Amino acid sequence: MQVIDLRGVSCPTNFVKVKLALEELENGDQTTILLDDGEAVKNVPRSLKAEGHKLLALKQAEEGHYVLELEKFEE
Amino acid sequence: MSDAKQTKIDLSNLKAGGFIKERGKDLFTVRLRVPGGRMSISRLKKIAEVADRFGGEFVHLSVRQSIELININFRDFDAVVEELGESSQKVASCGARVRVPVACGGCEYNPNGLIDTQKSALEVDEKLFGTPTGHHKFKVAFAGCPFDCPKSATNDIGFQGAVYPELDISACISCGLCAKNCVPKAIVMGDDNKPVFSNDPCIWCGDCVKVCPTGAWSEKRRGYTARIGGKWGRNPLVGTLFATFLPEGQVVPFISSVLEWYKSKAEGKGRVRLGDTIIAEGPDSLLGHLRQQFPESIVNATIPPQVIVTQIGISK
Ligand code: SF4
Ligand code: SF4
Ligand code: SF4
Repeated sequence: MQVIDLRGVSCPTNFVKVKLALEELENGDQTTILLDDGEAVKNVPRSLKAEGHKLLALKQAEEGHYVLELEKFEE
Repeated sequence: MSDAKQTKIDLSNLKAGGFIKERGKDLFTVRLRVPGGRMSISRLKKIAEVADRFGGEFVHLSVRQSIELININFRDFDAVVEELGESSQKVASCGARVRVPVACGGCEYNPNGLIDTQKSALEVDEKLFGTPTGHHKFKVAFAGCPFDCPKSATNDIGFQGAVYPELDISACISCGLCAKNCVPKAIVMGDDNKPVFSNDPCIWCGDCVKVCPTGAWSEKRRGYTARIGGKWGRNPLVGTLFATFLPEGQVVPFISSVLEWYKSKAEGKGRVRLGDTIIAEGPDSLLGHLRQQFPESIVNATIPPQVIVTQIGISK
């Protein structure tokens, strides 16, 4: 499964990068997204959910960043 | 949708922020860079054109003097940046960076202005725009005089134009206007019918100099007073006095020096604002740091940024 590593990438570049990466997937495809603690994890998962994608899991890794499991869904 | 055309976006445009995700799918607010709130007519026309083509039904005038384009699809970022660039209009910053400075109209056409705030705002924007602080946002404002319309002391650094008055008593014709117009009563008329000045209440507004019909009052020093550590929002702080009569030409190095202190003292403390860092470290640390570079302007002593309690009055 594809991993989109957005550690060290700030808002709004991180969100735009996810959007571009998701364009290459089909609906139903799953992907893993790595996000920094702070602004990134507060904003990006919420925005993706608001756009209709399914958030499957969101957990903090031992190193401090967050791991988001996402299933693409776009109308 | 792998058959759809892959969107290409120049991510370097997004580096300083200024593109803010909206509620709606794919939509962003694009905050424009308008230092000091001055906008040429030709730029304004171009912005209207771009907003009409790519944005929603309106633009928003932000409280920090920006024009914000609303409902911009991220796929149009490059086109928006390029079109605006034709009138050299740039996008602003957001996040933990130096923000676009705010300023009142200054002194060119405003009769109260003591100093060219517009020039300072442009200079700061040019030299320090988008500088990452490593911790939190960093706001600067310029007020032309102590009326302080831009509420400068609620910024990380607030500058106010100031004049220190000096009296040539031999030129005084005892009209009493200076004492009458000095709001903080730093001037009173003495028994000899000549003005008596006391230093402490003086706010350096220069009204005495303006009102004196004979020029008996003149300015001894002119520059910026600087209050540091302010912010508004959830835990408001009002910045306190760190420098007086800072020459205009030293504004950029002064801000850089404060940033340097902030970066080193907030190291490892995460998202902490300058004012809270001063409270934690004590104001003497920052005073000492600044005094090395600006010995003429730094005050002898100051107090930490002042907490404004805004949650009193909850009923129970
Ligand atoms: S702060 Fe002073 S110079 Fe600036 S707009 Fe207000 S009165 Fe005018
Ligand atoms: S500068 Fe302003 S406050 Fe100071 S003495 Fe003159 S009028 Fe009064
Ligand atoms: S305004 Fe000027 S002339 Fe009048 S009392 Fe004051 S110093 Fe003297």
